[in-house]
Amino acid sequence: MLEVKDLHVTVEGKEILKGLSLTVNAGEVHAIMGPNGAGKSTLSAVIAGKEGYEVTSGTITFEGQDVLEMEIEERALAGMLLGFQYPVEIPGVKNIYLLKAALNAQRAANGQGDIPAPEFMKLIKSKIAEMKMDASFLQRAVNEGFSGGEKKRNEILQMLVLQPKLAMLDEIDSGLDIDAMRIVADGVNSLRAADRGILLVTHYQRLLDYIIPDHVHVLVDGRIAKSGDKELAKELESRGYDWVVEETAA
Amino acid sequence: MASQEMEQLVRREYKEGFVTDIESDTIPPGLDEGTIAFISQKKGEPEWMLEWRLKAYHQWLKMTPPSWAHLDYPAIDYQAISYFSAPKRPEDRPQSLDEVDPKLLETYEKLGIPLHERAALAGVAVDAVFDSVSVTTTFKEKLGEAGVIFCSISEAIRDYPELIKQYLGTVVPVADNYFAALNSAVFTDGSFVFVPEGVTCPMELSTYFRINAANTGQFERTLIICESRAQVSYLEGCTAPQRDENQLHAAVVELVALDDAYIKYSTVQNWYPGDEDGKGGIYNFVTKRGDCRGDRSRISWTQVETGSAITWKYPSCVLRGKDSIGEFYSVAVTNGRQQADTGTKMIHIGEGTRSYIVSKGISAGRSNQSYRGLVKIGPRAKGARNFTQCDSLLIGDQCGAHTFPYQEIGNSTATVEHEATTSKIGEDQLFYCQSRGISEEDAVSMIVNGFCKDVFQELPMEFAVEAEALLNVTLEGAVG
Repeated sequence: MLEVKDLHVTVEGKEILKGLSLTVNAGEVHAIMGPNGAGKSTLSAVIAGKEGYEVTSGTITFEGQDVLEMEIEERALAGMLLGFQYPVEIPGVKNIYLLKAALNAQRAANGQGDIPAPEFMKLIKSKIAEMKMDASFLQRAVNEGFSGGEKKRNEILQMLVLQPKLAMLDEIDSGLDIDAMRIVADGVNSLRAADRGILLVTHYQRLLDYIIPDHVHVLVDGRIAKSGDKELAKELESRGYDWVVEETAA
Repeated sequence: MASQEMEQLVRREYKEGFVTDIESDTIPPGLDEGTIAFISQKKGEPEWMLEWRLKAYHQWLKMTPPSWAHLDYPAIDYQAISYFSAPKRPEDRPQSLDEVDPKLLETYEKLGIPLHERAALAGVAVDAVFDSVSVTTTFKEKLGEAGVIFCSISEAIRDYPELIKQYLGTVVPVADNYFAALNSAVFTDGSFVFVPEGVTCPMELSTYFRINAANTGQFERTLIICESRAQVSYLEGCTAPQRDENQLHAAVVELVALDDAYIKYSTVQNWYPGDEDGKGGIYNFVTKRGDCRGDRSRISWTQVETGSAITWKYPSCVLRGKDSIGEFYSVAVTNGRQQADTGTKMIHIGEGTRSYIVSKGISAGRSNQSYRGLVKIGPRAKGARNFTQCDSLLIGDQCGAHTFPYQEIGNSTATVEHEATTSKIGEDQLFYCQSRGISEEDAVSMIVNGFCKDVFQELPMEFAVEAEALLNVTLEGAVG
C-alpha cells in the first residue's frame, strides 16, 4: 500500500534522507529503528506532509496515489495517520471535539453525514475503555496538562477512532513507564488487521517485545542499512547500532 | 442573534405604526449651538437637558482628540458630519434584497441571520429599520410588573427626569474625554435601564445598534442603574451594512451598581471593518464605564469585538464600594487593515476590591491590535487584588500585537498579577489538526475558538453561539 522509492529529503539545507526505499503492504507491521539523528522521524513526518521538509528526489505513493502531491489533510483522509512523538497542546479545544471533528471530516470525505451523537458516544466510550483512559479526558483540552503517557495513549485513541489504513507511530514508546507501554502496545496490537499497515518508529527494542514486527529496518545515515525480522531487533538490543554503522561504512 | 425578540420587535413596530412620524428632516452636516438646540428640540427635551448638552459642547470645543492610542487614521472633520438623521425614506432605500450587495448577504447567510432580519439589516425598505431611533421598547409590560424601567434614553429624559438628573454624567463626566464630551453634546439615542432595589430583572435585555444612513455619526448614550441587591444582564449586538464613507461612532455607556447589585454587560460588535484596503469602515470611539458605587457590588464587561476599521474602547470599572468586583472579559479580532486599541481600566478605591481582566487579542491579515490596561490601586484600597491575563494570537506574519499594561499601586497590601502571552498560531497545532484530516480553515477556527474559550463562556448562551460564527466569518481566508 505504501511505496517509498529512493527518497531524498533536506531540512534547512541539510540532507537527512539520502535515498530511502521502503514498501509496506497491508497486514504488515514494520519497525524502523536506528541511532539518533539517522532520520527515523523525518520519514513519517514527510509522509504525513509536515512543512519544512524538502523532498529533492524520489517518490512516495499510497495505494497508487502520489502522496507528495496531496495536502496534509488529504493524506489523512486517504488513510495515512501519524501518531506524534510530541503531541501538541491546543488550549480550550476539548479532546472530544477534536475527535469528533476529525471523524466527521473523514465521514464527509466518504460522502457520509456527521456521526449521530449517540453513536459517537458509544464508539468513544468503548475506545477509551480499551485505552484504559478516564472519561474525563474527553472533556479536557487536547493534550493540555497531559502526562507523557497520557499524550501517547491519546494518540492511540485517535487511531482507534479513525481506523487508518496506514498507522504511523513516531517513537510512541518514548517517555513511557512499563504499564503505560503495555497499554499503548495493546492498543497498537488491536489495530493489527489484514487490511492495515503499521509503521513503528522506535529507538528501543523493548517496544518490540510487545508489538512483534514482521519487518525490522535499521536506518543509518538517511538510508536503510539493514532489514530483517524481529530477530534483527533483538540483535540490535544486545549489540547496539555500531556494528550496523560500521558494516555500512565498510 | 435573538431572532425571536427581533421578530416580535419588528411586528410590534409595524403594528403600532411606529413608522409614521419619522419622515422628519435631517439637518445639514455641521456642529454648532443651533445643531444641539435642534436635536434637543427634536427629542422634546426639557430646558435643563439642553443646557447640559451646551455645557458639554463648550467643554468639547476646548478639547483636542486623543493622540496616545496606537492608531493611525486621518483627522476627522466634525463639521462634515450630520448629527441628526431621520431614517431614510422608503423610496430611497433598496426595494428588495436583490438590490443589496451580494457579499453582504453572504455574510448574513453565514451568520445564520433569519431572512426578514437580513432585509432589515441591509437597509431594505421594510419595517423597523431606524437610524438613531431606539427600537428597544419591547417587553415593557413584563418589565413594568417587575418595576424595571427599560426605555430609550430620550423617553427617560422626558419621563424620569429625576433619575436622569441624579445619574447621567456621574460615571462618565461630560469633560471626561474628547469623544465623551462630543457624545454628551449631541447624543441622539440609546437605552435607559433602571432596576429597583432587590429586583432581579426577569429577562436579559438586548438592543440592536445599527448604522444605516450614510455619512451619519452615531452617538448613543446608555445608562444602566441597579439599586441595592438588584441584578441585570444587558446584551448589546451590532451588525452594519457595507458603506463607502468612514462613519464615526462615539457612544457613551454608564453603569451604576449600588450595594450588592450586579450588572453584566455583554457586547458582540461586528461593524463594517472596511474593504480589503481598509476603506469605508466604521470608526468606533467608545467610552464605557461602570461605577461599583455600593459595597459588594459587581460589574462585569464581556465583549467580542470583530468589526470597525478603528476601535478605541476601554470598558472600565471604578471600584468604589467595599469588596466590590470589576470584571473585563474581551475577545478582539482584527483582520484586513483593521486597527484596534482596546483594553480596560480597573480603578480600585474601596477596601477589599477585586478585579479580573481576561483579554484575548487575535490579529490576522495586515491588522494591528493593542491591549491597553490600567490597574490603579488607591491608598484606601486595602487588600485590593487584581488578576490580569492578556493573550495575543497572531495569524500570518503581517499583523501586529502590542501590549501596554499600566499599574499604579498606591498601597502595599495590594496584590496585582499580570500574565501575558503572545503566540503565533502554531504551525504545529495546525499540522496536528490537519494530519487528523481537518481542513486548514476548520483547524484555524478550532484553535482560535479554543483560544477564546475563557471569554466565550462568560457570554450568555445565544451570544456565545453568535460569537463563534462571527469569529469564523471574520477570519475567513486569514490563513493560506
